This record gives sequence, C-alpha cells and structure tokens, in this order.
Amino acid sequence: MIDPVLASRVQFALTTIVHIVFPVLTMGLAPFLIYFTWKDIRTGEAIYEQLRRFWTRIFAVSFAIGTVTGIVLEFEFGTNFAAFSTTAGDLFGGPLALEGLLAFMLEATFLGIFVFGRERVGNALYMLSALAVGIGTWLSAVWILIANSWMQTPRGYELAREGGQPVVTLVDPIAAYANPRFPWMFVHMQNAAVESVALFMAGVGAYYVFRHHVWGYSIENVRFWEATLKFGLLALVVTAPLQVLHGDLYARHVFETQPQKFAAMEAVWETDSYVPEYIVAFPTDVGDLLDPKAKDIFGIGIPGGASWLASGGDPQAVIQGLEEFSGPQPPVAIVFWSFRIMVALGFWFVLLGVWGGFRWWRGDLLTDDLLHKALMLSAPLGIIAVELGWIVTEVGRQPWVIQGVMRTRDGVSPGLTGGEAALTLAGFAVVYTGIFVVHTYVLYRIIRAGPPAVGSDESSGAERADSGGGPTGAGEGGG
Amino acid sequence: MSVLARVPSVAAPTALSVGPLIGYAGGPSFTLADGPLFGLPLAEIWFGLLFFLLGTFLFLDGFDFGVGALFATREDSAEREQFLTAIGPFWDGNEVWLVVFGGTLFATFPPVYATLFSRHYLLMFAILGALILRGMAPELYEQRHDEAWRRWWGRSFVVGSLTAPFFLGVFVAHWLFGVTALVSLQGLVVGLAVVTLTIVDGAAFLRIKTRGALRDDLRTDALLALGAYLVLLVLTLGLLYASPAIRPALVSAPSIALVLLSLTFATVYALATRADRYYMAVGAAAGLVFALVAVVAVLLYPELDPVTGLTVEEAVVSTIPLNLMTIGMAILLPLIFGYFAVLYSSFSGPAEEGEGY
Ligand code: HDD
Ligand code: HEM
Ligand code: HEM
Repeated sequence: MIDPVLASRVQFALTTIVHIVFPVLTMGLAPFLIYFTWKDIRTGEAIYEQLRRFWTRIFAVSFAIGTVTGIVLEFEFGTNFAAFSTTAGDLFGGPLALEGLLAFMLEATFLGIFVFGRERVGNALYMLSALAVGIGTWLSAVWILIANSWMQTPRGYELAREGGQPVVTLVDPIAAYANPRFPWMFVHMQNAAVESVALFMAGVGAYYVFRHHVWGYSIENVRFWEATLKFGLLALVVTAPLQVLHGDLYARHVFETQPQKFAAMEAVWETDSYVPEYIVAFPTDVGDLLDPKAKDIFGIGIPGGASWLASGGDPQAVIQGLEEFSGPQPPVAIVFWSFRIMVALGFWFVLLGVWGGFRWWRGDLLTDDLLHKALMLSAPLGIIAVELGWIVTEVGRQPWVIQGVMRTRDGVSPGLTGGEAALTLAGFAVVYTGIFVVHTYVLYRIIRAGPPAVGSDESSGAERADSGGGPTGAGEGGG
Repeated sequence: MSVLARVPSVAAPTALSVGPLIGYAGGPSFTLADGPLFGLPLAEIWFGLLFFLLGTFLFLDGFDFGVGALFATREDSAEREQFLTAIGPFWDGNEVWLVVFGGTLFATFPPVYATLFSRHYLLMFAILGALILRGMAPELYEQRHDEAWRRWWGRSFVVGSLTAPFFLGVFVAHWLFGVTALVSLQGLVVGLAVVTLTIVDGAAFLRIKTRGALRDDLRTDALLALGAYLVLLVLTLGLLYASPAIRPALVSAPSIALVLLSLTFATVYALATRADRYYMAVGAAAGLVFALVAVVAVLLYPELDPVTGLTVEEAVVSTIPLNLMTIGMAILLPLIFGYFAVLYSSFSGPAEEGEGY
C-alpha cells in the first residue's frame, strides 16, 4: 500500500520545485523590465523598445505558468496537509490571503495593461503598470516567505491541544510575522532571482554574440544580443558576490536557530570543534554513497571551515552533532549535497562575473569564446542553485513541518488514502513534465525568433507577420 | 516535544508569555486581542464576504469560461482570435479571485478550508487540472501559427473552460448537500447549471468586445444559454426541495426572495440582450451569479460544513487574526476594485486589431 504521507510529501516537493522556476523568472525580470520601460519611454531608442518587448513576452509566458502552478500549491495545503492547515490556520492563512489581496491582485491586473496596453494607455499609466507588476511580484515573495519563515522559526503564538490535535493561536503578530528568519530569506531569495535571470540573459546573449563574433555568422539584431549580454553580465557582477557574502551570514543564522538542520548541511554526526568545511567529500566505499551515516569520508576540506561558518569567524567553534538530537533525522545526504552544490555554484558565479567583467574592461567581451561558452553553459545554473537552496531549507527542516511544533507526518490530511494521493501524484508527474517541456520549448522559440522589428505593429518575431486576419471592423490598431 | 527544548531561544515560542502587546488599532485603550473590531459580528461578516468573493470570481472568471465555451462554436480563425483578444488582458486578474477566495477561507475559517479541501480531494485536483488547461491555452495558442498546434491548444482552452466551472459547481453542490461520494445527481445538475451560467455571463461580455455579424450571432447563443440555465436552476431547486435537511431553509423568506430575484434578472437579461443593451445584459448576468451564490450562503448558514456540522462561530479563527484580516480587507478591497476599474476602462469597448497576444 502506498503511504499517503510519503506521496503527499513527494507531491508537494514536485509541485513547489516546478512552481519556483516561474516566480524566479518573473521576480528576476521585474527590475530589468522596469528599467527597460523607463528607458524606452524616456529615450525612445529602438533598442530599449526591443528589450522591453522581447523580455515582456518571456515574462508573460512565465507568469501564466507561474499562476497555474501556484494555485495548485495554495490548494495543496488544504487537500494534502489538512491537519497542518487546521493546526496553523490562525497564523498561516493570513499571509496567504494577504498575498492574494495585496500582491497577486496588483500584479495580475496591471499585467493586462503592461502586456496588451501599450497602444491604449498613456506613458504615465504604462510606466505605472510596469512598476505595479514589478512590485507585485516582489510582494508575492514577501508574504509567502513570511509564511515559510514562520515554519522555520515559529514565534508569537500559543499552543493548545484540542482533542489530541495541537492548535496554534496567534498572540503576537509582530513577533510571528517579523520573525528572525524572514529578512534573511527575503534578501537571499530576491537576490537569487535577479542573479538567476542575469545568468540566463548573459547566457542567451552570449550564444548569439558567439555565433556572430566568433563563428562569423550574420545575425540579425546583433546589437540587441550584445545589449542583453551586457545587462546580464552587469547584474551578475553585482549580485553574485552579494549572494555569497549574504549566504555565509545566513548559514550562521541557520546554525543559531536550527542547529539540527545545520548539522545535516555539514553532515556533522558527533559534536565537535574545529569542524572542516568539505568542498568535495566522498565516501571511501561506493556502497556508502547514499548512506547518510557514512563516516569514512575522503574529502578535501577547509580545516575549521564549518566551525567558521557557524560562528562567524571562529574555526574552533563547537558544532552540535546530529547524534545529539533525539528522534528522527533529516535525510542528511540530500541536505549535505544540495548545500554543497549550491555553495559551489555560488562561487562559480562570482568567478564568472569577475572573468566577464575583466574581459569587458579589457574590451574583448565580444570575442572571448571560452567566456561565451562558460556563460552559455551557466544560463540555467542559477535556477538550479535556487532549487538546491530550497531543498536544503525544506528537507533540512524534517522531520518537522513547523520547527519544534509539529511533525510533517502529523500534518497530512487524516482521511487521505494512499491510492488517492498516488493517483494525483502520478497525474502531476505527467502534467508537470508536460508543462515544463512546453515552457522550455516556447522560450526556445521566443529566443530563436529574436526581438520584434521595431516600428512595426504589435507583432513580434518574423512569424507574427503571417497571422491570418485580425478582428473584423478593426480600428486604429498598431502604431 | 523533547526536541523543543533544544531549539535555541530565538526559535522557541518566546512570545508565549508576551501576550497581547499591540494596541495599534482603534482607540488608545483598545488592543487587537480585546475582541472583535468595533464590536462587529465579524464571523458573520466574513461568512458573507467569503460568498461575495466566490460570487465575484464566478462573475468575472465566468467571462473567460463562457468565452472558452463559445470558442468551440467558432470555426473561423479570425473569430477565434477575436475571442482570445477579448479576454487577453483580463483573465489573469479574474482568476485571482479564486486564489483570494481560497486564501480567505484558509485565513478566516481554517478547519473548514482543511476539511472541505481534503474531503473533496480528487475533485479539487480536477478543478486544478481544468484551470491548468484553461490557463495555459490562451498564452500558448498564440505562440505558433500552424494548424495542429492551434487545434490542440484550442481544445485545451475549450475543455478547460467547460470543466473548470463544471467541477466548481460539483464542489459547491457537494459542499451544500453534504455529499461525500465522488459523483452524485446533485453534483451533475449544479455543475451543468454553473457551466450554462458562465456561458450566459461570457456571451454578454463578448457582445461588448465584438462588432458586426459576430455580435449579432452571439445574441442567439446568449438566449439559448439563459434558457438552459433556467431549466437547470429549476431542477436544482427541485433537488434542494427533495432534501429533508435543506427544505426548511429553502421555503424561508430569504431563499424565496433570492429565487424571485433570479427570475427578475433573467428577464432583464433576455430583454437587454434582444435590445442590444450590452452593459445592462452584463449587469443582469452579475445579478444571476450573485443571486445563486447568495442562495447557497443562505441555505448553509449558520453551518459552514453540513457534514461535520461546524458552524460559523465554531470555525472562525481567533480574535487577533480576524481583526487583522478585517483591517487588511477594509483597506485592500477598495484598492483592488480600483485596479479592476483601471484595467477594464483601459480596455473598454470592442477589442481592437493588433491588441492580441
Ligand atoms: C542563485 C542561487 C543561490 C546561490 C548562488 C546561493 N544560494 Fe543559498 N539559497 C538560495 C539560492 C542561492 C535559495 C533562494 O534557493 C534559498 C532557499 C531558501 C532561501 O531563503 O534561499 C537558499 C538557502 C540557503 C540556506 C538555507 C537557509 C534555510 O535553511 O532557511 C543557506 C544556509 C544558504 N542558502 C547559504 C548559501 C551560501 C553560503 C552560498 C554561497 C556561498 C549560497 N547560499 C549561494
Ligand atoms: C518555492 C520554493 C519551495 C520549494 C522548492 C520547496 C520545496 C519543498 C520540498 C522539497 C519539500 C519536501 C520536504 C520533505 O518532505 O522532505 C517541501 C515541503 C513543504 N513545504 Fe516547501 N518549498 C518551497 C517553498 C515553500 C513555502 C513558501 C512554503 C510555505 C508557505 C512551503 C511549505 C511546505 C510544506 C507545508 C511542506 C510539506 C511538509 C513537509 O514535507 O515539511 N514550502 N517543500
Ligand atoms: C509553497 C508555497 C507557495 C504557494 C502556496 C504559492 C502560491 C502561489 C499562487 C496561488 C500563485 C498564483 C497567483 C496568481 O493567480 O496570479 C503564485 C504565483 C506566484 N508565486 Fe507562488 N507560491 C508558493 C511559493 C512561492 C515562492 C517561494 C515564491 C518566491 C519567493 C513565489 C512567488 C510567486 C510569484 C512571484 C508569483 C506570481 C506568478 C509568477 O510570477 O510566476 N511563490 N504562487
């Protein structure tokens, strides 16, 4: 028989892991779009209109898919985690409702104007809608991260038991919602989104620049792709070091508030001081690869590194080992490796930024083919780092769904059968694979079609020209 | 709970003893924990508001569902294009009312959110699946121009637009009748009623957004859908009357008034549609939607879930979050109506060429 707890967890994991891709794209694109719109309106230069329209198309497709996958998540708290929703409803429902009222409403209404309304509204309202959409995407993150950070560092509540079921009552909203984890999460997440989009833009730009300047193909709109590369690189140079610096401090905060999670991130079993930070670690016996307790580890590590990370500078600091915590442990191997790879990627992005920045300064940004290749390969890696970071956060929190208050397995809907959960899980596996493939394919087509020819009508890309007839009795469209 | 002790102070429930320390609402001596804001009957207000949100969703997204259903009746690619252009700027905003309905139910009556959604597990995922089909289709339809691609996304749009309101209707019926089975006669009838209602709604909307012959054609569609809706409404009333638990509430004054109101709106809709009074027809469609949702609310009250017997008073969240939600809603709801006013007035009148995706 399939375990409804396991099926629900896997389903939630799958659906969030797919969802987050789209918010990362939209949140990361938001500041770029605001800038491009501003410059387009102020200067009227063709390049900014192209940048605005091209990236707006990508934004719009990602937004539509972010919406359909997001609604699924909001419903899943009720369908799959009914006991959790009942326990935490007093505290947890509010941010979700406010996210809808305050953020999604702003975003979704003004997006209509931003995407379709260039010809219908004046410059001021158009600029305002760009701002509203951008602010809306970022506010969505505020509320959902308030909800999640409370699950990591819960405060401001009272706990009572009603017939065996723990029930949380909100007593201090400020303590609960302005909880210590939230600012860390928000800054780290938003910077990650911008960094991921920067990498994506730089990678896409590098592809065309490479084909033109290195391989010598004639490429339409070279100037557009060069601009894309430069904007992406510029944003990378700013965000990559910030992410690493911030991540280091963040790790210390996790150590202070969720020591068990930190021990899992570092795979520290026994309480120790002078704990090394492994950069690569390998069990000496291949059979131990997935055994979290593998002790015979061959690793290249920075001596005292983990202690240093935990304490903010003291390589001798003591880290509590996992064995000190009674009860079940998080799956250490997943957390350990996800953390490792995220950190490695973080450093790689810094390197990439420095390398690209140096080339730019030297004036051979457009011709360094090795750099182009590195950028192309790194285009999707930002999003991968985000996924890994979330896996660290969420899997590392196990066995708790609310740290120290409620176990995940107690949060699952009591009446849910394994059959039902498995059925929907299978459905999601199919549908979400489809969604992912379609989104990737559509992005590929948008990118291949290139930016719209400016000065023509709303059509973007060469293909738009062949669209069969418009609405009857049409008015003064286009311009 | 033994591990709790190990969690350092910052993560532990330090605020346990802090108690209500906030006093930023109301007069100087009032704190959010003292009781409902201004002594208002907040549980009842939120019960009403919840159905208002559901009605707003059904009315606004009804445009999009109705357009999706009518899309199936059009072969001509230019006409189909026009249908998509008509809802392009709006559907996303309209759908958020469902998110807000779900979020608000969670925030104000969490046990009801939890039990309803988990009890109707497969049904909820059917709704989600339908919304996925509907939500992806318009955006993707426009990405390519070849036949096969458009045929498939066109189908996805139609199927999603028909099944989403159908399953929503089934959900509301099962909620109201307390059905726990997967399928039921009540679900079928109410599901179909909601589908026809969205077509009534969508046809009225489309007549604002189109011109010429297409606009005239839609008159017939609108009246046919209205006829079908009225038949299904009568069937629904019959089923309600046949249910011993619901009958007393049905023959009470408020329910009868709402049914009469529905018939009035239906008449107005028919007359306005024939006379080409486009905006009045949309108004009458709104009346039909809100009257239906209000009937559901009247029949449920004071319970929120007939199966568990949870009442509004029992299910409502505690005072502090309820007060916070009330303040939030009071500020945000007018703002949101402002956004919708800006959006709908920016795209008023028939859709223009070149505005599409
Ligand atoms: C571009 C993506 C990206 C990059 C390069 C990094 N991170 Fe990160 N990290 C994320 C994206 C991310 C995230 C957005 O996925 C997470 C998940 C939850 C969160 O707040 O941010 C995260 C979580 C996360 C956590 C877990 C927090 C928790 O449990 O709540 C820690 C300790 C770090 N990060 C630390 C780092 C360090 C030390 C990095 C580099 C040296 C680093 N991150 C690079
Ligand atoms: C979008 C980024 C997110 C990703 C990729 C993500 C990932 C995951 C993963 C992998 C799990 C499974 C953990 C396990 O069971 O081992 C999980 C569980 C869960 N997450 Fe998240 N999460 C995200 C954001 C959030 C947010 C913002 C919330 C709350 C508002 C949240 C609430 C939950 C809940 C309730 C569970 C189920 C219980 C559990 O397994 O702990 N998640 N998530
Ligand atoms: C696991 C918990 C989560 C839930 C329940 C959730 C819920 C939702 C819902 C219901 C929507 C659709 C809104 C609409 O109709 O317009 C949505 C979209 C969105 N979500 Fe999530 N979400 C979750 C995780 C996250 C995280 C972690 C982030 C980022 C920090 C995020 C950011 C966004 C953004 C920016 C949108 C707007 C659509 C888009 O830009 O793709 N969400 N989410």
